[in-house]
Amino acid sequence: MSVQMTEIRWHARGGQGAKTAAMFLAEAVLEKGKYGQGFPEYGPERRGAPMRGYTRIADAPIRRHCMIEHPGIVIILDPTLLDSPAAAVTAGTGEGTVFIVNTTETPAFISDKLGIKGAEVHTVDATGIALDTIGRPIPNMPMIGALLAVNDMMTVEELKGALVTQLGSKFSQVVIDGNLNAVDRANKELVSA
Amino acid sequence: MEQKLVALSGNEAVAYAFKQALPHVAAVFPITPQTEMMHKYAEFVANGESDTEMILVESEHSAMSAAVGASAAGARTFTATSSAGFALMWEVVYIAASLRLPICMALVNRALSGNINIHCDHSDSMGGRDAGWIHLFAENAQEAYDNAIMSWRIAEHMDVRLPVMVNYDGFIISHTADALHMLPDDVAYKFIGKYKADYALLDVENPITVGPLDLTDYYFEHKASQLAAYPRALEVIKKVSDEFGELTGRYYDHCEEYMMDDADMVMVMLGSSAGTAKDVIDEYREKGVKVGLLKIRTFRPFPFDYLSKVLAGRKAVAVLDRSASYGGQGGPVFMELRHAMYGQQVPIYSYIYGLGGRDFDLHQVETVIKDLQKVAAGGEMNNVNLLGIRS
Repeated sequence: MSVQMTEIRWHARGGQGAKTAAMFLAEAVLEKGKYGQGFPEYGPERRGAPMRGYTRIADAPIRRHCMIEHPGIVIILDPTLLDSPAAAVTAGTGEGTVFIVNTTETPAFISDKLGIKGAEVHTVDATGIALDTIGRPIPNMPMIGALLAVNDMMTVEELKGALVTQLGSKFSQVVIDGNLNAVDRANKELVSA
Repeated sequence: MEQKLVALSGNEAVAYAFKQALPHVAAVFPITPQTEMMHKYAEFVANGESDTEMILVESEHSAMSAAVGASAAGARTFTATSSAGFALMWEVVYIAASLRLPICMALVNRALSGNINIHCDHSDSMGGRDAGWIHLFAENAQEAYDNAIMSWRIAEHMDVRLPVMVNYDGFIISHTADALHMLPDDVAYKFIGKYKADYALLDVENPITVGPLDLTDYYFEHKASQLAAYPRALEVIKKVSDEFGELTGRYYDHCEEYMMDDADMVMVMLGSSAGTAKDVIDEYREKGVKVGLLKIRTFRPFPFDYLSKVLAGRKAVAVLDRSASYGGQGGPVFMELRHAMYGQQVPIYSYIYGLGGRDFDLHQVETVIKDLQKVAAGGEMNNVNLLGIRS
């Protein structure tokens, strides 16, 4: 359609923080003078169940409220979803779709598995990074760090600023520092095909 | 005045708007997707940011009863619900309006059972359309916030004194993080103003009776006086909206007209789907298709005169309803609108869409535009249509 916007679809399992990430990113880009819209797809809300989240980012106010049909970027927080027909991680994707997958496998291996011709596949061990830095296997914030390695919607420093604001009132300095480290590391450790 | 740009869910935005009115009482009972709104409000109270008395009740029937009691006592009062919760309030919803109590309520629109569905449609609000409340609808979190701010001024206006329902789409608006401008607390409160109940039960110097037995002698006269309030409410809504526009730069009327000046074909709808339709309209406008959108903000009182004027002479009109009237002809908005157009030779078609949260996507808007093009060119189609359903 005629409106220029970045559309992101998040795939995760309940409890991995994809809802938080999808909505947080929509808020974080405001500082850049951009507009964001973030929402999860609500179904049975239980830990471990496959879920999707959506984020739209544009230079103008976002008016549409429909689901994202053809995401430009697909972020997969749990690699086991690649094998789940119900998760349908490749739905609506095609040539030029950017996939960012939390996995210890290589981009070539994941690319093969996805089987989308012309897709751009990147990988990062976000769970490993989260365990090292935050001490818990919550890959959501590192995945945003990884996203910024392939998209210039904002800089890593700007993301970290927004993260401090977001986490500041709720979490200890240790947790905040862990998240900031996680973002930095994932941004640097993203592997591209 | 600086208005802060923030990203909030619709529920959070409305919680802020209610807080800014410094209400005395909130009657609280949870139901998805409303729960998060009162959850946010409870946070304000727990953090000492609001001194609203939160009355936790055991059902929605009790929530509306508590709201009626508090409002009759003289307190600025609000509550919130969705779907089945609203249905359970039923008899007391009528009482609130009949007693002319200026209660504000967020109705986070959700389908009614069965089968059980937590997602958006407008069946809840439409079920209560004849109860006497003012119904305002919103396209996004900004409009939900703005309507919630304005709702107090409308409800408490002495020409109105009716409860106001601030409708916004469940999940689609309530749970979506969206950018919006918020008023500073002092500016919002100055606009809303301090509430003084003119006839309060707790005003012991001036004792009154509220809600007594009212039979064949005077009940009808009381209803006649209530009926007379709705045309005045339309005027007050416009006046308050104009004043709000001067303050914020965001102007509202009973409807929003989008690309309507030269539109031969018009889509009419309420709520979040209007935003989606605008994006598709832009695309068809680029191709030279004269299509426009009429988004209804005030559903009760229904702006009959406004609609009959603005739709006069159009070639084809599609009314999209996010609810059905079982056994009726087309959806509730369609029926009202066609009634408003009585005597005019404008072809009007009904579409039912999005029941139970079925995604209203760009393709569905295109389908409607293509249908309108067909009938505007002299073709025929069904009077009542289902949109976005498996064939």
